[in-house]
Formats: sequence, C-alpha cells, structure tokens
Amino acid sequence: MEGVIEQVPFDLSTQTVRELNQFLHQPADELAGCEVVVTHPNGAHNIAVGLNAPVHVTVQGHAGYYAAGMNQLANVVIEGSAGTGVAENMMSGRVHVKGFASNAAGATAHGGLLVIEGDAGLRCGISLKGGDIVVGGSVGSFSAFMAQAGRMVICGNAGDALGDSLYEAVLYVKGTIKSLGADAQLEPMTSADIETVSALLQSAGLKAEHDPSTFKRIASARTLYHWNADADQDY
Amino acid sequence: MCGIVGLLVKKPALKDQLGALMVPMLLGMTERGPDSAGLAVFGDPLDSGHRKLSLYSGLTPEGSHFEWTALVKALNAALPDAQARADATGNHAVLTVAVEPEAVKIWLREQHPKLHILSTGRSIDLYKDIGTPGEVAARYGFENLHGTHLVGHTRMATESAVTPDRAHPFTAGEDFCLVHNGSLSNPYGVRRKLEPLGIHFDTDNDTEAACRFIEWRLRDGDDLPTALQHSFDELDGFYTLLMGTADQLALIRDPFACKPAMVAETDDYVAIASEFRALAHLPGINHANVFEPAPEEMYVWKA
Repeated sequence: MEGVIEQVPFDLSTQTVRELNQFLHQPADELAGCEVVVTHPNGAHNIAVGLNAPVHVTVQGHAGYYAAGMNQLANVVIEGSAGTGVAENMMSGRVHVKGFASNAAGATAHGGLLVIEGDAGLRCGISLKGGDIVVGGSVGSFSAFMAQAGRMVICGNAGDALGDSLYEAVLYVKGTIKSLGADAQLEPMTSADIETVSALLQSAGLKAEHDPSTFKRIASARTLYHWNADADQDY
Repeated sequence: MCGIVGLLVKKPALKDQLGALMVPMLLGMTERGPDSAGLAVFGDPLDSGHRKLSLYSGLTPEGSHFEWTALVKALNAALPDAQARADATGNHAVLTVAVEPEAVKIWLREQHPKLHILSTGRSIDLYKDIGTPGEVAARYGFENLHGTHLVGHTRMATESAVTPDRAHPFTAGEDFCLVHNGSLSNPYGVRRKLEPLGIHFDTDNDTEAACRFIEWRLRDGDDLPTALQHSFDELDGFYTLLMGTADQLALIRDPFACKPAMVAETDDYVAIASEFRALAHLPGINHANVFEPAPEEMYVWKA
C-alpha cells in the first residue's frame, strides 16, 4: 500500500454510488497506487463494497449501511460514522471508522482488521469467522454472538450477553461487562494474551491510550459443543 | 420497513422554516417508505376554550371535492356554541371549534361516518395519505408548514393494508401522536386490554395499539417517562417509536434495537431520522452532534 501516486475524487452529491463502486471494481493493477477520496457520502448505502484490490479509500463523512462490506485487500477509512453492517463479511484488508458504528459491525468477517474509534452498536462481531475487531469505545448487547474465530478488543464496556454461544473467537474487554452470554467465561490473561491485545491496539493506533494488561479475556467454556439433554434447555 | 423523521427547532426565528427544513428529510426516507406518508406539526396552542380537529375526506364519496363549507354550516346549526370554522384544502381541513371536542366528534361520526378524524388538540395539525412522500408533501404543501416541532413518517406497509387511515402518524386523545418503524407482536393483546376500558380503535393497525396504550397511560396520570417505561413492559416486538406532544418529542427503541434511529443536534435544532441520509442536507449538519440513540432508553426533547 506504499507509494500512493494518484488521488481520485468522487463527490457523491453529483456522482452515484454505482459509479464509485464500478471504479473501485476495476482490476487490481488498474487501481494500484490509487487513493479514492469520497466526499459528501451523506449516509449513502453500500459505499466501497466488494473491493478486491489494495486500494485506499477515504470517506469524508458519514456512511450508510454495509460500507466496505465484503472487503478484500483494500484500506477503507470512514471519517464519520458508519451505519449497520460496516465491513460485514470482510475477508482481508482494513476498515477504520473514526466515529461510531451502528449494529452488526464486522458481522461474519473472515479476516482483516476493523477499527471503530467510537462506540459500536448491538451485535458487533456477530458470527465472527476470523477477522479482528478493535473498538475504542463500548459495544452494545449480543456482541460476538456465535463468534467462531478471530479476536475482538473492546476498550470500553460491553452490553448484555457478550459472547453468547461463543466458539473459538477470543474477546478482550477493558471496561465493564453488563452480562456474559451462555457459555462465555472470563479466563486469566496470559502473557500471550497481553501480546495479542498489545499488537491489535498497535495496529488500530490506540496503543497509547490503553494498557494491554488491564484487559479481561473472555472465551468459550465449550459446554455447548455437545448436546446435553440433562440441561433441559437451561443454559 | 418504514422511515421516521422528527424535527424540533430551538430558535423562534426558525419556526417559519420548520416545513421547509423537514421536506428533504421526509424525501430522504422515500426508499424506506414509498407507499404512504404523514406528518403532525405542533405550533402555538389555541386558547384553552378552543380545539382544532384535522379532518380527512379522502374516504368519503366526495373525496377532495368534499363540501367543507356545508359541513361547517350544518355543524354550527346543530351546535351553535361551536362557532366552527374550517381551513380546507382538497381532502383535508382543520376545523376549529369553541367547545369541548367530544360533542363535535359525536356529531361528525353521526353525520359524516366516512370522514376520518386525524387529530384533536390545541397545538396539533395532522396530514397523512397514500402516495410517495414527495406526492403527499406536495399535496398538502408541507414546505409551508410552521411550528415548533413535528413528527413525520414514510410507510412501507407490512401488517395492515395501504390505506390513508393506516398511514402514520396515529393519534389518540389530544395533542399526542406517534409514528412507528417496526412491527409489534402483541397488538391484539394490548387492544384487548384497552377496549374494555372504553378505548375505541379506528383501524386494525399495530401502531395504533401502541399509540392508544401510551396515550391511555398519560391520561391516567403517568408523566411521559413513566408512560414510556410502561410501554417497554407492555409492548412486544420491534419498534422505534417517535412521539409528539404539545411541547415535547420523545423517542424509544426496543431492547434489541432492531429498527434504526439517528439524531443530530445543533444550537438550532434537534433532528431525528431512521438513517443519516435523511439528515444529511440539514444546515450545519457537519458540525452537529450526531449520535445513535441506545435501545431501551428514553430520549425526550422539550420544545
């Protein structure tokens, strides 16, 4: 991603999201070294979705639903807030929201890094499949529900039912946790965990503000991995 | 899916621009609600002896050719104390009377059963109809509306028919209205609780149940936060609800935050919409405090 040579402006008050996305869907070598600057996003949906090239995109304002969804390789910065489903199903690359994000941020992400400097809404990282998410603020209820792989670092607080039915994703929370979901448990922080949190905070640019050793580790107790008829649906 | 908009101006000088500021917000929610639209606007109250009723004649055989003058004449003959007068445009009129509104409503229901009473109060005017938000806004001249605050809605019907009386806002009692994005799963349970108390329903719409429930709590002595707490306990389903009273706007979201809401606040206004794209064209939006209201919290703004 080094050596940006060409800045391409897109003004969504005069151009359409389709024009923007068609430009961004050119073959990777056509886009090499490009930085696309999107002005007046005005909450439009589907900004910079389905990218598959190491291109830089800067969104100067608030994005609507599904911004940078299905991202691969690209580096997308949203300078305002993001609506529902930002970076949903991301495969690789990086999506950085400088404001807050609404519900289901980073849902089902397989890879890449999602950074949200502000708060994230409910269901952040739901069904996470290998991506990493760093939230500078707090996350809403049901975050990391059924998260299968990947890591979440939450610098603020977590709402209800954090990590409900968690598989092998690991969550780190600095603040308070309103409640843990079924099968999610607090575990001791190892030195490897502290290194993990440290590295993720570093990647997110939030290292200076947070001491990695002050985070708590939440992972699956793995009691739901096998059906337990005696539990009588009481988890 | 539906769209919600709300706007409250903080400076008296902006009262004349209320409608003009709101129309782009309503148009911005067209994709969320293309089948009907509506709006309740609250302005300076009439004195305590007067009431105004917003009336809709689109369901009568005369439609937009309704004889409003004849209605006023007949009403004044039947109820001379009413001193009724009507400010009418097409299928819509604001009827002002100098008596308690109940006698007028009884007369209206007897004489004009197909006339739909949209709202009653000292501050509220209400407009709603089927059509795109742009068509409805143009039909009633929304850009010319004045007042301190308003509540608007664009509808994509999911649980009851697309008809003018099932469009939002819904009203109950006086100077109270409610718009809803979502779907309630227990509207008939709520209704079965209210009907034995003598509360009449106009439609089979789920939102009407929420509206009449909250207005019943307010009438029963709850202040607005207490009434909203009761609605968290009583209403089941998905909802973002925006309510207007003579001097307040109030917003709540269900505990799962299944339906969206965004708020933008400046020194000049508080603006609420389902999505930021409906707020994007407001003046000063780039410097507004923009936030997403949390689930199961009450947000109340005073006019």
